[in-house]
Amino acid sequence: MIDIMDRGYSNPSALVSTEWVADHLNDKSIRIIESNEDQLIYSTGHIPGAVHVDWTTDLNDQVRRDYLDRKAFQTLMIRIGVTPATTVIFYGDKSNWWACYAYWVFQLFGHSNAKIMDGGRLKWIDEKRELTRDISNYPKTKYLAPERDDKKIRAFRNQVLKHINKKNKLVDVRSADEYTGKRLHMPEYPNEGSLRGGHIPNAKSIPWATAVNTSDGTFKTAKELSEIYEKENKLKPTDNIIVYCRIGERSSHTWFVMKNLLGFKNVRNYDGSWTEWGNLVGVPIEK
Amino acid sequence: MSNYPKKLNDFLDNLSIIKDQQERINILIDCADKFKEVPPEIAKRPFPEENKILFCESGAYVWTNLQQDGTVKLYFAVENPQGISAMALSSILDITLSGETPENILKIPDDLANKIFGESLSMGKNMGLTGILQKIRRDVKNFLD
Repeated sequence: MIDIMDRGYSNPSALVSTEWVADHLNDKSIRIIESNEDQLIYSTGHIPGAVHVDWTTDLNDQVRRDYLDRKAFQTLMIRIGVTPATTVIFYGDKSNWWACYAYWVFQLFGHSNAKIMDGGRLKWIDEKRELTRDISNYPKTKYLAPERDDKKIRAFRNQVLKHINKKNKLVDVRSADEYTGKRLHMPEYPNEGSLRGGHIPNAKSIPWATAVNTSDGTFKTAKELSEIYEKENKLKPTDNIIVYCRIGERSSHTWFVMKNLLGFKNVRNYDGSWTEWGNLVGVPIEK
Repeated sequence: MSNYPKKLNDFLDNLSIIKDQQERINILIDCADKFKEVPPEIAKRPFPEENKILFCESGAYVWTNLQQDGTVKLYFAVENPQGISAMALSSILDITLSGETPENILKIPDDLANKIFGESLSMGKNMGLTGILQKIRRDVKNFLD
Protein backbone atom coordinates (compact mmCIF):
# COMPACT_ATOMS: atom_id res chain seq x y z
CA MET A 1 0.00 0.00 0.00
CA ILE A 2 1.54 3.25 -1.15
CA ASP A 3 1.39 6.04 1.42
CA ILE A 4 -1.16 8.71 0.57
CA MET A 5 1.52 11.38 0.42
CA ASP A 6 3.46 9.34 -2.16
CA ARG A 7 0.58 8.75 -4.59
CA GLY A 8 1.09 11.98 -6.51
CA TYR A 9 -2.23 13.61 -5.66
CA SER A 10 -2.70 17.31 -6.20
CA ASN A 11 -4.23 17.67 -2.73
CA PRO A 12 -3.10 14.68 -0.68
CA SER A 13 -4.23 16.32 2.56
CA ALA A 14 -7.84 15.66 1.49
CA LEU A 15 -7.26 12.01 2.38
CA VAL A 16 -6.24 10.31 5.60
CA SER A 17 -5.45 6.67 6.23
CA THR A 18 -7.24 4.33 8.62
CA GLU A 19 -4.03 4.33 10.65
CA TRP A 20 -4.14 8.11 10.95
CA VAL A 21 -7.74 7.99 12.13
CA ALA A 22 -6.90 5.29 14.67
CA ASP A 23 -4.11 7.50 16.01
CA HIS A 24 -6.45 10.50 16.27
CA LEU A 25 -9.51 9.01 17.94
CA ASN A 26 -9.02 11.29 20.93
CA ASP A 27 -8.08 14.35 18.90
CA LYS A 28 -10.53 17.04 19.95
CA SER A 29 -9.87 19.10 16.83
CA ILE A 30 -11.50 16.52 14.55
CA ARG A 31 -14.94 15.03 14.19
CA ILE A 32 -15.30 11.65 12.53
CA ILE A 33 -18.49 11.36 10.50
CA GLU A 34 -19.99 8.17 9.09
CA SER A 35 -22.32 8.38 6.10
CA ASN A 36 -23.72 5.26 4.46
CA GLU A 37 -26.26 4.22 1.91
CA ASP A 38 -28.18 2.17 4.49
CA GLN A 39 -29.15 4.25 7.52
CA LEU A 40 -28.96 1.22 9.80
CA ILE A 41 -25.30 0.45 9.23
CA TYR A 42 -23.88 3.06 11.61
CA SER A 43 -25.80 1.58 14.53
CA THR A 44 -24.43 -1.90 13.90
CA GLY A 45 -20.99 -0.60 14.87
CA HIS A 46 -18.91 2.45 14.00
CA ILE A 47 -15.53 4.00 14.66
CA PRO A 48 -15.40 5.08 18.33
CA GLY A 49 -16.41 8.70 18.59
CA ALA A 50 -17.90 8.89 15.10
CA VAL A 51 -21.23 10.60 14.59
CA HIS A 52 -23.82 9.64 12.00
CA VAL A 53 -24.84 11.98 9.22
CA ASP A 54 -27.61 10.43 7.19
CA TRP A 55 -27.68 11.64 3.63
CA THR A 56 -31.46 11.40 3.28
CA THR A 57 -32.58 13.07 6.50
CA ASP A 58 -29.61 15.28 7.38
CA LEU A 59 -28.34 16.58 4.05
CA ASN A 60 -31.52 16.90 2.00
CA ASP A 61 -34.49 19.23 2.25
CA GLN A 62 -37.42 17.12 3.39
CA VAL A 63 -39.98 18.79 1.13
CA ARG A 64 -38.26 20.09 -2.00
CA ARG A 65 -35.73 18.21 -4.03
CA ASP A 66 -32.74 20.22 -2.85
CA TYR A 67 -30.01 20.17 -0.29
CA LEU A 68 -30.43 21.54 3.19
CA ASP A 69 -30.31 25.31 3.61
CA ARG A 70 -28.00 27.43 5.74
CA LYS A 71 -30.17 27.21 8.85
CA ALA A 72 -30.44 23.42 8.66
CA PHE A 73 -26.71 23.08 8.04
CA GLN A 74 -25.97 25.17 11.11
CA THR A 75 -28.35 23.03 13.14
CA LEU A 76 -26.62 19.90 11.90
CA MET A 77 -23.16 21.18 12.75
CA ILE A 78 -24.26 22.27 16.21
CA ARG A 79 -25.85 18.87 16.79
CA ILE A 80 -22.67 16.96 15.90
CA GLY A 81 -20.50 19.32 17.92
CA VAL A 82 -18.59 20.91 15.04
CA THR A 83 -17.24 24.45 14.81
CA PRO A 84 -15.81 26.08 11.68
CA ALA A 85 -12.36 25.17 13.00
CA THR A 86 -13.17 21.46 13.34
CA THR A 87 -11.65 19.14 10.78
CA VAL A 88 -14.33 16.67 9.74
CA ILE A 89 -13.25 13.22 8.62
CA PHE A 90 -15.79 11.40 6.47
CA TYR A 91 -15.98 7.66 5.91
CA GLY A 92 -18.67 5.21 4.94
CA ASP A 93 -19.69 2.17 2.95
CA LYS A 94 -19.37 1.51 -0.78
CA SER A 95 -15.79 2.74 -1.03
CA ASN A 96 -16.78 6.08 0.49
CA TRP A 97 -19.50 6.78 -2.02
CA TRP A 98 -21.72 8.49 0.55
CA ALA A 99 -18.79 9.91 2.49
CA CYS A 100 -17.83 11.84 -0.65
CA TYR A 101 -21.45 12.92 -1.06
CA ALA A 102 -21.45 14.37 2.47
CA TYR A 103 -18.01 15.91 1.87
CA TRP A 104 -19.32 17.63 -1.27
CA VAL A 105 -22.43 18.97 0.50
CA PHE A 106 -20.24 20.38 3.27
CA GLN A 107 -18.27 22.25 0.56
CA LEU A 108 -21.46 24.01 -0.51
CA PHE A 109 -21.25 25.75 2.85
CA GLY A 110 -17.53 26.32 2.69
CA HIS A 111 -16.47 23.86 5.38
CA SER A 112 -13.12 23.16 3.76
CA ASN A 113 -11.59 21.57 6.88
CA ALA A 114 -12.66 18.20 5.54
CA LYS A 115 -11.04 14.91 4.65
CA ILE A 116 -11.99 11.41 3.55
CA MET A 117 -10.71 8.26 5.28
CA ASP A 118 -9.22 6.20 2.48
CA GLY A 119 -10.84 2.80 2.09
CA GLY A 120 -13.86 3.73 4.15
CA ARG A 121 -15.78 1.58 6.52
CA LEU A 122 -14.88 -1.73 4.94
CA LYS A 123 -11.15 -1.15 5.20
CA TRP A 124 -11.50 -0.23 8.87
CA ILE A 125 -13.43 -3.46 9.47
CA ASP A 126 -11.08 -5.61 7.38
CA GLU A 127 -8.17 -4.33 9.44
CA LYS A 128 -10.09 -5.52 12.51
CA ARG A 129 -10.03 -2.10 14.09
CA GLU A 130 -12.28 -1.17 16.97
CA LEU A 131 -15.99 -0.67 16.43
CA THR A 132 -18.54 0.42 18.97
CA ARG A 133 -22.32 0.63 19.14
CA ASP A 134 -22.08 3.44 21.68
CA ILE A 135 -23.76 6.53 20.30
CA SER A 136 -21.46 9.54 20.41
CA ASN A 137 -22.91 12.73 21.77
CA TYR A 138 -21.02 16.01 21.89
CA PRO A 139 -21.76 19.32 23.55
CA LYS A 140 -23.57 21.68 21.26
CA THR A 141 -21.35 24.20 19.57
CA LYS A 142 -21.81 27.51 17.87
CA TYR A 143 -21.69 27.51 14.09
CA LEU A 144 -22.37 30.41 11.79
CA ALA A 145 -22.45 29.19 8.22
CA PRO A 146 -22.45 31.30 5.05
CA GLU A 147 -25.36 31.00 2.64
CA ARG A 148 -25.10 27.91 0.52
CA ASP A 149 -22.97 28.60 -2.56
CA ASP A 150 -24.26 26.65 -5.56
CA LYS A 151 -22.13 28.46 -8.13
CA LYS A 152 -18.71 26.87 -7.83
CA ILE A 153 -19.26 23.12 -7.61
CA ARG A 154 -22.91 22.54 -8.45
CA ALA A 155 -24.65 22.54 -11.82
CA PHE A 156 -28.35 22.85 -12.64
CA ARG A 157 -30.22 21.66 -15.71
CA ASN A 158 -30.17 24.98 -17.58
CA GLN A 159 -26.43 25.19 -17.05
CA VAL A 160 -26.06 21.65 -18.35
CA LEU A 161 -27.99 22.60 -21.50
CA LYS A 162 -25.71 25.59 -22.10
CA HIS A 163 -22.73 23.38 -21.30
CA ILE A 164 -23.57 20.81 -23.97
CA ASN A 165 -24.46 23.51 -26.51
CA LYS A 166 -20.93 24.80 -26.10
CA LYS A 167 -19.65 21.26 -26.59
CA ASN A 168 -18.10 21.20 -23.14
CA LYS A 169 -17.35 17.89 -21.49
CA LEU A 170 -19.33 15.76 -19.10
CA VAL A 171 -18.59 12.57 -17.20
CA ASP A 172 -21.34 10.00 -16.71
CA VAL A 173 -20.27 7.87 -13.76
CA ARG A 174 -23.11 5.32 -13.91
CA SER A 175 -22.73 1.75 -15.07
CA ALA A 176 -22.32 0.96 -18.75
CA ASP A 177 -25.91 -0.35 -18.98
CA GLU A 178 -27.28 2.88 -17.55
CA TYR A 179 -25.08 4.95 -19.88
CA THR A 180 -26.33 3.13 -22.97
CA GLY A 181 -29.92 3.12 -21.78
CA LYS A 182 -30.01 -0.66 -21.75
CA ARG A 183 -31.80 -0.57 -18.41
CA LEU A 184 -35.35 0.44 -19.33
CA HIS A 185 -38.68 0.25 -17.61
CA MET A 186 -40.27 -3.18 -17.51
CA PRO A 187 -43.86 -3.92 -16.55
CA GLU A 188 -44.33 -4.56 -12.83
CA TYR A 189 -40.74 -3.58 -12.02
CA PRO A 190 -39.86 -0.24 -10.57
CA ASN A 191 -37.30 1.65 -12.58
CA GLU A 192 -34.77 4.27 -11.58
CA GLY A 193 -37.58 6.78 -11.91
CA SER A 194 -36.68 7.88 -15.44
CA LEU A 195 -38.86 7.61 -18.49
CA ARG A 196 -35.91 7.57 -20.87
CA GLY A 197 -32.56 5.77 -20.80
CA GLY A 198 -29.27 6.90 -22.29
CA HIS A 199 -26.85 9.68 -21.44
CA ILE A 200 -26.36 13.41 -21.78
CA PRO A 201 -24.71 14.30 -25.13
CA ASN A 202 -20.92 14.74 -24.93
CA ALA A 203 -20.71 12.68 -21.74
CA LYS A 204 -17.87 10.21 -21.37
CA SER A 205 -18.68 6.97 -19.59
CA ILE A 206 -16.30 6.63 -16.64
CA PRO A 207 -18.00 4.54 -13.94
CA TRP A 208 -17.16 5.87 -10.49
CA ALA A 209 -15.75 2.58 -9.25
CA THR A 210 -12.89 2.71 -11.75
CA ALA A 211 -11.26 5.24 -9.40
CA VAL A 212 -10.84 2.79 -6.53
CA ASN A 213 -8.92 -0.39 -5.91
CA THR A 214 -11.44 -3.23 -5.71
CA SER A 215 -9.38 -5.07 -3.11
CA ASP A 216 -9.83 -2.47 -0.36
CA GLY A 217 -11.78 0.52 -1.66
CA THR A 218 -8.79 2.87 -1.50
CA PHE A 219 -8.29 5.45 -4.21
CA LYS A 220 -5.92 4.62 -7.05
CA THR A 221 -2.70 6.59 -7.46
CA ALA A 222 -2.64 9.84 -9.39
CA LYS A 223 -0.80 8.08 -12.20
CA GLU A 224 -3.49 5.39 -12.47
CA LEU A 225 -6.27 7.95 -12.29
CA SER A 226 -4.61 10.15 -14.85
CA GLU A 227 -4.41 7.18 -17.19
CA ILE A 228 -8.19 6.73 -16.91
CA TYR A 229 -9.43 10.30 -16.93
CA GLU A 230 -6.78 12.15 -18.96
CA LYS A 231 -5.21 9.62 -21.29
CA GLU A 232 -8.08 7.25 -22.08
CA ASN A 233 -10.88 9.79 -21.90
CA LYS A 234 -9.01 12.88 -23.07
CA LEU A 235 -10.01 15.09 -20.16
CA LYS A 236 -7.70 17.94 -19.17
CA PRO A 237 -7.39 19.49 -15.72
CA THR A 238 -8.24 22.87 -17.26
CA ASP A 239 -11.46 21.64 -18.89
CA ASN A 240 -14.86 22.86 -17.77
CA ILE A 241 -16.48 19.57 -16.70
CA ILE A 242 -19.82 18.50 -15.28
CA VAL A 243 -20.19 15.10 -13.62
CA TYR A 244 -23.47 13.30 -13.02
CA CYS A 245 -25.04 9.95 -12.17
CA ARG A 246 -28.60 9.28 -10.98
CA ILE A 247 -29.08 11.76 -8.12
CA GLY A 248 -25.59 13.15 -7.73
CA GLU A 249 -24.44 10.53 -5.27
CA ARG A 250 -21.92 8.53 -7.27
CA SER A 251 -20.81 11.64 -9.10
CA SER A 252 -19.79 13.23 -5.77
CA HIS A 253 -17.20 10.46 -5.52
CA THR A 254 -15.88 11.26 -8.99
CA TRP A 255 -15.99 14.98 -8.23
CA PHE A 256 -13.75 14.31 -5.21
CA VAL A 257 -11.32 12.31 -7.36
CA MET A 258 -11.10 14.87 -10.14
CA LYS A 259 -10.94 17.88 -7.86
CA ASN A 260 -8.71 16.74 -5.03
CA LEU A 261 -6.68 13.87 -6.40
CA LEU A 262 -6.14 14.98 -10.00
CA GLY A 263 -6.36 18.75 -9.49
CA PHE A 264 -9.06 19.48 -12.07
CA LYS A 265 -9.83 23.15 -11.68
CA ASN A 266 -13.44 23.41 -12.83
CA VAL A 267 -15.63 20.43 -12.00
CA ARG A 268 -19.26 20.74 -11.07
CA ASN A 269 -21.69 18.09 -9.88
CA TYR A 270 -25.08 17.99 -11.60
CA ASP A 271 -27.13 16.55 -8.77
CA GLY A 272 -30.37 16.57 -10.76
CA SER A 273 -28.53 13.92 -12.75
CA TRP A 274 -30.37 11.23 -14.70
CA THR A 275 -33.50 11.16 -12.55
CA GLU A 276 -34.03 14.73 -13.74
CA TRP A 277 -32.55 14.64 -17.25
CA GLY A 278 -34.18 11.32 -18.18
CA ASN A 279 -37.59 12.76 -17.28
CA LEU A 280 -37.11 16.25 -18.68
CA VAL A 281 -39.27 17.08 -21.68
CA GLY A 282 -37.40 18.07 -24.82
CA VAL A 283 -33.75 17.74 -23.73
CA PRO A 284 -31.34 15.86 -26.00
CA ILE A 285 -30.32 12.31 -25.14
CA GLU A 286 -27.76 10.02 -26.69
CA LYS A 287 -27.64 6.23 -26.57
CA MET B 1 -57.47 -2.89 12.72
CA SER B 2 -55.96 -3.93 9.40
CA ASN B 3 -56.42 -7.29 7.71
CA TYR B 4 -52.71 -8.02 7.43
CA PRO B 5 -51.46 -11.43 8.54
CA LYS B 6 -51.66 -11.47 12.34
CA LYS B 7 -47.96 -11.73 13.17
CA LEU B 8 -47.15 -8.92 10.75
CA ASN B 9 -49.94 -6.79 12.17
CA ASP B 10 -48.66 -7.36 15.71
CA PHE B 11 -45.12 -6.45 14.65
CA LEU B 12 -46.24 -3.23 12.96
CA ASP B 13 -48.42 -2.30 15.93
CA ASN B 14 -45.52 -2.78 18.33
CA LEU B 15 -43.20 -0.80 16.08
CA SER B 16 -45.63 2.07 15.71
CA ILE B 17 -45.71 2.85 19.43
CA ILE B 18 -41.94 3.36 19.52
CA LYS B 19 -41.31 7.04 18.96
CA ASP B 20 -37.60 7.12 19.75
CA GLN B 21 -35.74 6.77 16.45
CA GLN B 22 -32.69 5.06 17.92
CA GLU B 23 -34.88 2.51 19.68
CA ARG B 24 -36.57 1.73 16.37
CA ILE B 25 -33.21 1.36 14.70
CA ASN B 26 -32.05 -1.00 17.45
CA ILE B 27 -35.11 -3.19 16.90
CA LEU B 28 -34.40 -3.38 13.19
CA ILE B 29 -30.77 -4.22 13.83
CA ASP B 30 -31.87 -6.99 16.19
CA CYS B 31 -33.99 -8.32 13.36
CA ALA B 32 -31.01 -8.15 11.01
CA ASP B 33 -28.90 -10.00 13.58
CA LYS B 34 -31.49 -12.81 13.48
CA PHE B 35 -31.24 -13.12 9.70
CA LYS B 36 -30.91 -16.72 8.49
CA GLU B 37 -29.54 -17.41 5.05
CA VAL B 38 -31.29 -19.90 2.76
CA PRO B 39 -30.12 -23.41 3.74
CA PRO B 40 -28.00 -25.35 1.24
CA GLU B 41 -30.72 -27.97 0.75
CA ILE B 42 -32.86 -25.20 -0.78
CA ALA B 43 -30.19 -23.31 -2.73
CA LYS B 44 -26.42 -22.98 -3.02
CA ARG B 45 -24.21 -20.34 -4.58
CA PRO B 46 -24.21 -19.15 -7.22
CA PHE B 47 -27.90 -18.44 -6.57
CA PRO B 48 -30.27 -18.54 -9.55
CA GLU B 49 -31.00 -15.26 -11.30
CA GLU B 50 -34.73 -16.00 -11.12
CA ASN B 51 -34.58 -15.55 -7.36
CA LYS B 52 -32.60 -12.32 -7.46
CA ILE B 53 -34.28 -9.06 -6.52
CA LEU B 54 -33.74 -6.54 -9.28
CA PHE B 55 -32.78 -3.02 -8.22
CA CYS B 56 -31.73 -4.25 -4.78
CA GLU B 57 -28.20 -2.97 -4.32
CA SER B 58 -27.61 -5.39 -1.44
CA GLY B 59 -27.85 -8.44 -3.67
CA ALA B 60 -30.98 -9.95 -2.10
CA TYR B 61 -32.55 -13.23 -3.21
CA VAL B 62 -35.93 -14.69 -2.27
CA TRP B 63 -37.37 -18.20 -2.46
CA THR B 64 -41.11 -18.57 -1.96
CA ASN B 65 -41.98 -22.23 -1.41
CA LEU B 66 -45.45 -23.68 -1.16
CA GLN B 67 -45.54 -26.36 1.50
CA GLN B 68 -47.69 -29.48 1.56
CA ASP B 69 -50.09 -28.00 4.08
CA GLY B 70 -50.81 -25.13 1.67
CA THR B 71 -48.81 -22.50 3.57
CA VAL B 72 -45.81 -20.62 2.32
CA LYS B 73 -42.24 -20.82 3.56
CA LEU B 74 -39.88 -17.97 2.67
CA TYR B 75 -36.11 -18.18 2.35
CA PHE B 76 -33.68 -15.33 1.75
CA ALA B 77 -30.09 -14.54 0.92
CA VAL B 78 -28.34 -11.16 1.04
CA GLU B 79 -24.96 -11.12 -0.65
CA ASN B 80 -23.78 -7.79 0.71
CA PRO B 81 -22.76 -8.21 4.35
CA GLN B 82 -23.59 -4.50 4.80
CA GLY B 83 -27.10 -4.99 3.47
CA ILE B 84 -28.50 -4.50 6.97
CA SER B 85 -31.90 -3.20 5.91
CA ALA B 86 -32.38 -6.04 3.45
CA MET B 87 -31.47 -8.55 6.16
CA ALA B 88 -33.77 -6.88 8.66
CA LEU B 89 -36.69 -6.93 6.24
CA SER B 90 -36.00 -10.51 5.23
CA SER B 91 -35.90 -11.59 8.85
CA ILE B 92 -39.17 -9.77 9.61
CA LEU B 93 -40.87 -11.30 6.59
CA ASP B 94 -39.72 -14.81 7.50
CA ILE B 95 -40.91 -14.46 11.08
CA THR B 96 -44.25 -12.86 10.24
CA LEU B 97 -45.19 -14.47 6.93
CA SER B 98 -43.70 -17.97 6.78
CA GLY B 99 -46.53 -20.33 7.66
CA GLU B 100 -49.21 -18.06 6.20
CA THR B 101 -51.45 -18.98 3.28
CA PRO B 102 -50.89 -17.38 -0.12
CA GLU B 103 -54.17 -15.48 0.25
CA ASN B 104 -53.05 -13.92 3.51
CA ILE B 105 -49.65 -12.99 2.14
CA LEU B 106 -51.31 -11.02 -0.64
CA LYS B 107 -52.77 -8.75 2.03
CA ILE B 108 -49.37 -7.24 2.84
CA PRO B 109 -49.46 -3.48 2.18
CA ASP B 110 -47.65 -1.96 -0.81
CA ASP B 111 -45.89 0.49 1.48
CA LEU B 112 -44.65 -2.08 3.98
CA ALA B 113 -41.05 -0.91 3.53
CA ASN B 114 -42.03 2.62 4.58
CA LYS B 115 -44.11 1.32 7.47
CA ILE B 116 -41.08 -0.52 8.82
CA PHE B 117 -38.20 1.81 7.93
CA GLY B 118 -39.96 5.16 7.96
CA GLU B 119 -40.91 7.71 5.34
CA SER B 120 -37.34 8.94 4.91
CA LEU B 121 -36.29 5.88 2.93
CA SER B 122 -34.37 6.92 -0.16
CA MET B 123 -35.84 6.12 -3.56
CA GLY B 124 -33.15 3.57 -4.31
CA LYS B 125 -33.43 1.83 -0.94
CA ASN B 126 -37.23 1.82 -1.19
CA MET B 127 -37.06 0.25 -4.64
CA GLY B 128 -34.78 -2.51 -3.44
CA LEU B 129 -36.78 -3.34 -0.32
CA THR B 130 -40.11 -3.07 -2.14
CA GLY B 131 -38.64 -5.34 -4.78
CA ILE B 132 -38.35 -8.08 -2.16
CA LEU B 133 -42.05 -7.68 -1.32
CA GLN B 134 -43.08 -7.56 -4.97
CA LYS B 135 -41.24 -10.78 -5.75
CA ILE B 136 -43.01 -12.54 -2.91
CA ARG B 137 -46.36 -11.22 -4.18
CA ARG B 138 -45.70 -12.38 -7.73
CA ASP B 139 -44.64 -15.84 -6.56
CA VAL B 140 -47.68 -16.18 -4.33
CA LYS B 141 -50.02 -15.05 -7.12
CA ASN B 142 -48.56 -17.82 -9.26
CA PHE B 143 -49.50 -20.37 -6.61
CA LEU B 144 -53.08 -19.16 -6.75
CA ASP B 145 -53.35 -19.11 -10.57
